[in-house]
Amino acid sequence: MADPAVVSEREQKILGIIETARSKRAKFRDERINMAHGAGGKATQSLIEGLLAPAFKSQALDEMADAATITVDDATLAFTTDSYVVKPMRFPGGSIGELAVNGTVNDLAVSGAKPLALSLSLILEEGLGAEELKAEIHAIARAAQEAGVEIVTGDTKVVERGHADGMYVCTTGIGRRDSRARLSPAGLRPGDRILLSGSIGEHGTAIMLARGEFELDAEIESDTRSLWPVVDALLEAAGPEIRCIRDATRGGVASVLNELARASSVAMIVRERQVPVRPDVAGAAEILGIDPMYVANEGKLVAFVAPEAAERALDAMRAVPGCEAAAEIGEVRTEPPGMVLVETSFGGKRVMDQLVGDPLPRIC
Amino acid sequence: MKFVDEFRDAELGRAVAMEILSLVESGRHYKLMEVCGGHTHSIYKYGIDDLLPANVELVHGPGCPVCVIPMGRVDDGIAVAHTDGVIFTCFGDMMRVPGSDGSLLDAKAAGADIRMVYSPLDALRIARQNPEREVVFFAIGFETTAPSTALTLKRARAEHLKNFSVMCSHVTIVPPLKALLESPDLRLDGFIGPGHVSTVVGARPFHFIPADYGKPVVIAGFEPLDILQAIEMILRQLEGGRCEVENQYKRVVPYEGNLRALEVMAEVFELRPHFEWRGLGFISHSGLKLSDAYADLDAEVRFSVPGVRVADPKACQCGEVLKGVIKPWECKVFGTACTPERPIGTCMVSSEGACAAYYNFGRFAREREVV
Repeated sequence: MADPAVVSEREQKILGIIETARSKRAKFRDERINMAHGAGGKATQSLIEGLLAPAFKSQALDEMADAATITVDDATLAFTTDSYVVKPMRFPGGSIGELAVNGTVNDLAVSGAKPLALSLSLILEEGLGAEELKAEIHAIARAAQEAGVEIVTGDTKVVERGHADGMYVCTTGIGRRDSRARLSPAGLRPGDRILLSGSIGEHGTAIMLARGEFELDAEIESDTRSLWPVVDALLEAAGPEIRCIRDATRGGVASVLNELARASSVAMIVRERQVPVRPDVAGAAEILGIDPMYVANEGKLVAFVAPEAAERALDAMRAVPGCEAAAEIGEVRTEPPGMVLVETSFGGKRVMDQLVGDPLPRIC
Repeated sequence: MKFVDEFRDAELGRAVAMEILSLVESGRHYKLMEVCGGHTHSIYKYGIDDLLPANVELVHGPGCPVCVIPMGRVDDGIAVAHTDGVIFTCFGDMMRVPGSDGSLLDAKAAGADIRMVYSPLDALRIARQNPEREVVFFAIGFETTAPSTALTLKRARAEHLKNFSVMCSHVTIVPPLKALLESPDLRLDGFIGPGHVSTVVGARPFHFIPADYGKPVVIAGFEPLDILQAIEMILRQLEGGRCEVENQYKRVVPYEGNLRALEVMAEVFELRPHFEWRGLGFISHSGLKLSDAYADLDAEVRFSVPGVRVADPKACQCGEVLKGVIKPWECKVFGTACTPERPIGTCMVSSEGACAAYYNFGRFAREREVV
């Protein structure tokens, strides 16, 4: 064995090299796009940070927020866009049309903006049944009405059979920044509490079971819904004390926490025992070997709140229909920066890392 | 969940952890290897190592069946997958394992028809549904998954399915353990025996470990309490000067194993003279191939498999890391030529491997060691 003092110097050096490498912007080095680039984990990050952001050099884009901010004269607007390719098109609890409305509405909502209007682009596959199409159009209309947004512009394209799995939907949304909101992904401070608006993992699990690849019977429904009511309640109860809000979609709660821990250079500790997971979701995840923390939601948000406002914010959330199971799941700390730790329900502690590859493509 | 939650009781866990604390001698360092990748996963998932005294160290063993597949074997799989008319099927975690020029996931993006399955029977179903295509199943795993491959082959034979074949990369657990134990610089005090493998092979094959090498073995289940109790049992053996094979997982593992499964395996497979392990090199009689009676269902016979041998770079020291001789960061290629994005050896392939964990969690992992 080498002299321990020398070894420790070498270890320090290697840790230094790794940390520098990790803190660098992800590079996009792959020869081709594979399914992992769409999964919301490390490969997606390399695509966005390594190719898109450097090419467009936009300050708004660099913030990597759910929606960009545009200021026109005195009005501050939030602007976002999303595409929906979920397979199958219909699933327990929802369909591609509802997702397309709620997903974009939620990106505005969690940016602290009241959703105002949406655009709608449809890419339809040759041979799609008129009844199926009508059902989706009605679903879109209903979801828009429930979310209080208008669909004000749109486009339709048709592609040859075999190219769009029925239909793909793209929506772009615009909203007005709420004056009560002071949200920023870099605004987290040690001591802040982490609140979750309800039980997790339902959307991803519902889609997985709807694909029929597993012979599992469970009545799990997607949680797709507009998050504006709960954001509104949070802002009303604790406006300036809410540091940041994110919807925990692709990549689940774990991905949101990791992203923000990096953005704010803070650590987080999550208490697994406090994270609400329905027993049927937990059971399915157990059988499939998946951690619900990484499973997608379409109607759950994570809010970071100053400690003195945590209880108030939590009460406000629980008063919103559908959010009765909201819970405080952990808090922000200083060390080790950029990392999310979990206190497991068994009592041990471990790192909850970023998702590397999604076992489950095309969930939204 | 009933019958599972009982084995995840945090309070009982704390009690066993206290027992463990009372068994360790201060000043003595204990290195225990959990052989099986399933144990490594549970240890990670429940944060079990966090509950142990600082001088009880768990070393992750060679029992992750995905991570031990060498680059050349992945390259061979990719070559078969690119053959015209082939549907290549494999387990999901195998798809990300890098060969010398990309993974199966990359090959899929490049146009190969590669499909993820959850069981060899799913591959068989795909073969039935696509009679005009050749369906190949990439079979991996220890004695745990080998019987299901064997039964699938028997069923394919019974159904006279002509378009189904298996690329067999099954491995056996005893030879790599022997290879580790043979090493003069081994620094391990005991083994947590593989629970799943033992349901098939039983406890008997592990007797050589205490008998010939003087190390205790406790076969363990996969719930957090199982693992903690197994650690306690090993420490008790060490404290009492005993050295034997004990079975913590009696509720599932019979002493003799599963005779029916062993019979089916003996019928369908035979030992290869040697098989290459990622980062560990060639180990004699450690891999399975299809027996002559099933040669017509052997993908390696049916397709031209290049049989690529991609030598692990000499500097890779996975063997030393596994034996507990060096720490991950002491390896010459750690963090430079070998990273989680471009792993060389088995310890970097799996996110739970010793090197990958150290790379990803760096200072956190280190602080834990110092504490």
